[in-house]
Amino acid sequence: MSDTQAHSVAYVRDTMLPQQPAPAGQSGAVQWLRENLFSGWLNTLLTLLGVALIYTLVMHFLPWFLHGVWDANSIKECRTIITDRYGEGATGACWAVIRERWHQFIFGFYPPELYWRPILTFLLLFVAVGPLLFTWVPRVLAWFTPVYPFLAVWLLWGGSGWTPVMIFAGFVLGAAILLLLSPRLGSIMAFSIGAFVAILYFLFVVGPLIGGLQAILPWGLESVDSAKFGGFLLAITLGVGGIMMSLPLGIVLALGRQSDMPLVKGFSVVFIEFIRGVPLITLLFVASLLLNYFLPPGTNFDIILRVMILVTFFAAAYIAEVIRGGLAALPRGQYEAADALGLDYWKAQRLIILPQALKISIPGIVSTFIGMFKDTTLVVFVGLFDPLKGIPDFIRADFNWKGIYWEPFIFVGAIFFILNFAMSRYSMSLERRLQRDNH
Amino acid sequence: MKKSVFFGALTAATLTAGLAGAATLDDVKSRGELICGVNTGLVGFAAPDANGNWSGFDVAVCQAVAAAVLGDPSKVKYVPTSGQTRFTALGSGEVDLLARNTTWTFSRDTDLKLQFTATNYYDGQGFMVRKDSGVTSAKELDGASICIQTGTTTELNLADYFKANNMSYQPITVDSNAEGEQQFLAGACDAYTTDASGLAATRAAFANPSDYVILPEIISKEPLAPAVRQGDDQWTDIVRWTVFALIGAEEYGVTSANIDELAKGTDNPEVNRLLGTEGDLGAMIGLDKDWAVKAIKANGNYGEIFAATIGEQTPIGLARGLNAQWTQGGLMYAPPFR
Repeated sequence: MSDTQAHSVAYVRDTMLPQQPAPAGQSGAVQWLRENLFSGWLNTLLTLLGVALIYTLVMHFLPWFLHGVWDANSIKECRTIITDRYGEGATGACWAVIRERWHQFIFGFYPPELYWRPILTFLLLFVAVGPLLFTWVPRVLAWFTPVYPFLAVWLLWGGSGWTPVMIFAGFVLGAAILLLLSPRLGSIMAFSIGAFVAILYFLFVVGPLIGGLQAILPWGLESVDSAKFGGFLLAITLGVGGIMMSLPLGIVLALGRQSDMPLVKGFSVVFIEFIRGVPLITLLFVASLLLNYFLPPGTNFDIILRVMILVTFFAAAYIAEVIRGGLAALPRGQYEAADALGLDYWKAQRLIILPQALKISIPGIVSTFIGMFKDTTLVVFVGLFDPLKGIPDFIRADFNWKGIYWEPFIFVGAIFFILNFAMSRYSMSLERRLQRDNH
Repeated sequence: MKKSVFFGALTAATLTAGLAGAATLDDVKSRGELICGVNTGLVGFAAPDANGNWSGFDVAVCQAVAAAVLGDPSKVKYVPTSGQTRFTALGSGEVDLLARNTTWTFSRDTDLKLQFTATNYYDGQGFMVRKDSGVTSAKELDGASICIQTGTTTELNLADYFKANNMSYQPITVDSNAEGEQQFLAGACDAYTTDASGLAATRAAFANPSDYVILPEIISKEPLAPAVRQGDDQWTDIVRWTVFALIGAEEYGVTSANIDELAKGTDNPEVNRLLGTEGDLGAMIGLDKDWAVKAIKANGNYGEIFAATIGEQTPIGLARGLNAQWTQGGLMYAPPFR
């Protein structure tokens, strides 16, 4: 049978052919190019135009970057060096200004011998926020987190070492009263008494106490005036301070807006709508100009603190609305389930509602933070030295660097990009980590 | 030269006379430091170096006043003020003295309740054009596009000038001097206008200064003067006469080189009164006998300060012009010390 079969056809394959690679035009880079860039006449045209555009831009800017000069002491020297090296008419970047003045971009007028203080503050920031941001950081460090704000303020501005200790003690006092009294009097009453005692302490006790302790046992750091803050030190101080304070305030405002109590709801709505309704610049001018007239003459209310408070209000109003969106996205059943379990309002918020609402709101919250961090450059309008305009403007006032234009923008822009991109990537990783597709 | 109508009105509306209180002199003495409002950065007039030390023509006034009052020109805290914040900073008492290239105008003197002490620089608005444009006079700028900083008196002066000469122009508004230079260099405008002192500095910083010319016309009067708050006459006198002492010292030939010699006594009674070896002018303004000696020692007399910060030997290269002594055909004229 097999014979007849064998003779009835001319050829029978009895082994499998080895697999051949796809033809050159149908695989790898060529295929990818063909499918993605040259799939039709329109795409081909757009691709060619795009390549031409990129080529022009690169050819236009690349020499400028390649001709960059680092070792000069003025823009005139930069120009001479570039002409010497690359011939008449060559253009190039004068990065020498960054080399000579980088410390002013980073620290403003902060005394150079004290640079270790902002640097230490910045490093400790990661220790303080580590336990909040990453699960692999040891939990013990969370004890450092509430101490950090006081330590940071003291490190940056200096002054008596008793000041942060005693102010921290005031918060501990309030918290202790709250914890001791709340089983007996209920949380609202205990909170009111705790806050009242703490405010009395801050108003009347803390000042003389610090003075007395300082007289008995003086210790501290050299004070640094707010006028010496500038550049990224200023931007990061305002940004981090604003972020730290605006998130809790935003959560409270968002809950307040959903509250059944008319007074709380009314206050939250008015606050949010008013702050969102006016531009940030207006608030900054209020901080720097109007407050001076309302306060009694001679009051020394720090300009950075004033600006930070208003930046915080501004960010908090936006965050409140972002979180309200998260709260609204939760199914009604979650609230009812919390009630059914017999949880009181705060427990229900803390254990069931907020964890879910905040998770939903992460992209919006981080966007607000990034926006706020970039908005800190607006403080230039109230005479503070922001890194983008304030610092370059006074550097240009030095005749050696008059005429420098793009280099500071590129340098400062690159640092802003690194910081904001890091925040953005972190928020994406956080979203992935909190992904719970179990409904 | 920034001026914002809104903040001007705001300042006037909220500034009540006497709010800041009198006796700035006592405040400064007890503080041990003069708080001086300066520009956030203007070539030749006020600029911090890489170490954060301020210097410049306006800064020298702060230092002279600090030397006269406290005996030490380094006891100054510089508060950089923007065009918008400067008058409020002065009015609210945040600064004791505003030495920030501020033009003395009627409304600022009266409505904003400032007290301008003594003009220390006579500026005026000019134009710069490219040499190859062939323009040699501002009268030929009809129809030109002009780069101009927004919200400044220069903007108003420009409008006035073109209207008065029945010409038209197209304004290209920019936010800062640096941006104006960039636009002008890129060819976005035919001419760039700002104060003549600023134009000279800008041109000197260009890669090819000889490709650009500054037109001869000066279209405005900008007397720049240190200002203080109204309502404290003693403090006004101190600042005013410190500036006059610097100007007078140049007229009488008192320099930082020979002042120690002259302070021992000279044949010229005017110099003796100025330097405190004859009479006691210092006591009349609440200062020491040798207040003027200390003020002049800080950075030299008016001519020395001019030469060191913005004069012809500096890269900015401004000629004395109107700012020469009255004996040299200029406007610098200190009233007699007697």
